[in-house]
Amino acid sequence: MNADENSDQNRSRGDEEILRKGPEEIGATRRAFIVQVGGCASGVLAWQLIRQPELIAQEASPPAFTGPGAKMKISFKVNGKPRDLELDTRTTLLDALREHLHLTGSKKGCDQGQCGACTVMVGGRRIVSCLSLAVMHQGDEITTIEGLGTPQDLHPMQAAFVKHDGFQCGYCTPGQICSAVAMLGEVTAGIPSHVTTDLTAKPKLTPEELRERMSGNICRCGAYSNIAEAITEVAGRTA
Amino acid sequence: MKAFTFERAKTPAEAAAAAARNPGAKFIAGGTNLLDLMKLQIETPTHLIDVNGLGLDKIEATEDDGLRIGALVRNTDLAADDRVRRNYGVLSRALVAGASGQLRNMATTAGNLLQRTRCPYFYDTYQPCNKRQPGSGCGAIGGFSRQHAVMGVSDACIATHPSDMAVAMRVLDATVETIRPDGSKRKIPIAEFHRLPGNEPHIDTVLIPGELITAVTLPKPVGGKQSYLKVRDRASFAFALISIAAIIQPDGTGRVAVGGVAHKPWRVEEAESEMPRGAKAVVARLLAGAKPTPENAFKVKLVERALASVLAEAKGA
Repeated sequence: MNADENSDQNRSRGDEEILRKGPEEIGATRRAFIVQVGGCASGVLAWQLIRQPELIAQEASPPAFTGPGAKMKISFKVNGKPRDLELDTRTTLLDALREHLHLTGSKKGCDQGQCGACTVMVGGRRIVSCLSLAVMHQGDEITTIEGLGTPQDLHPMQAAFVKHDGFQCGYCTPGQICSAVAMLGEVTAGIPSHVTTDLTAKPKLTPEELRERMSGNICRCGAYSNIAEAITEVAGRTA
Repeated sequence: MKAFTFERAKTPAEAAAAAARNPGAKFIAGGTNLLDLMKLQIETPTHLIDVNGLGLDKIEATEDDGLRIGALVRNTDLAADDRVRRNYGVLSRALVAGASGQLRNMATTAGNLLQRTRCPYFYDTYQPCNKRQPGSGCGAIGGFSRQHAVMGVSDACIATHPSDMAVAMRVLDATVETIRPDGSKRKIPIAEFHRLPGNEPHIDTVLIPGELITAVTLPKPVGGKQSYLKVRDRASFAFALISIAAIIQPDGTGRVAVGGVAHKPWRVEEAESEMPRGAKAVVARLLAGAKPTPENAFKVKLVERALASVLAEAKGA
């Protein structure tokens, strides 16, 4: 996979290539192979779920690869380190981090802002990096899971997730941890939530508040109770 | 995603003028809805104008004791503002009822008003949709329509407006301030801002091409017990089936706007005179002439029951 190109484009071309040749002929890396097969399989599933036979004949073919786009220079800091990139304007912040800076901790789950696996912090605030363009972040300070801690020196939230077994497959975990760290900051800053009883009082991190505030991070394995325990432990320490 | 060029605007006038120069241009602020639609090629701008640097991110008092909310104020910051929490509780409640913590940190006040429907037929490019592709038909009419509109519908479209914030803005009588590409400014009452679908469901609002929202203003606080009741299929991070934004005064009078039932936040001021007589009387006028489908007829009853709950709570408090 060519890291200089937008991954959406790679995915659609990868699909075409796989349909033509079969995966064994491509000789792709493990990651590229998984991306291609995953894209292909989800496409087939969507086809079966959505298509109605009478629609197929009259329908236009799927949107074609749209060719190279405009490029733009962008500078921001990632985990404290200044980074200068020249990117296709279509590159999301998530793709810039993963495909161009090779910070693959942030994960691409749904790629439409619904799962939270791509959560990073920009200026200390949690966002979903799949719904933001890299070129919108000139001069910003971005923190990813790689910037929170290292295997030798874990962030307290990372250590708590390990201690409480707050994951199973681990795919949502970097997003859960980035989200949780920023979420505790939001509670401290007094930002209300949907379950805050008194809008004018300072919110407390009750179990109900924790669940509501973390609802933007989905865990398909269902490790929620352990995730909640991990976050509660860190919240108790920092309160 | 289709290719596009990108520029960062420095002033609102410059942004509006840039949009006029590039007919295929769109403004981008939070991007949470636009980028999603661009990935699906439902939106295909050839040029993006980043308006995040316009400095429209402040909340200020107005001369007549109201609030002017900059177009770029993030949903989180608006919900958390002390003045909003104290005097416009319905707005704070509506904001935190929407989306997720991450999305509220990105989404802006203007962008929230301009978000597009979440009708599944609009999102599925293999289905007909007059909003996405004018003249192609409506898949929702005769299709799966449980989420769809019951008021103000047309033969071309039964989509709903998805915003929670806009429903609160409607009950608060907010005003949308804009600048047009020729540099002229105007103020649009929120009641007139969103359109009903009619024969042109692809046009969501009265904004002209290149017109940029600069602020939303709220009039002087009206007090009362303010609440936002959102009924949805799961407890968090889901769009409303129906929602009630209400301001109830101690004497039993009040205002109510409803979300999830129309192409715009739904409010009928005349129905509010029935408020002291209870939810049934109000809803009989508020949703008079409802045209539900067999799948979403429950929404009429649901609005009545939700309003009854809001009124009971206001009375008890």
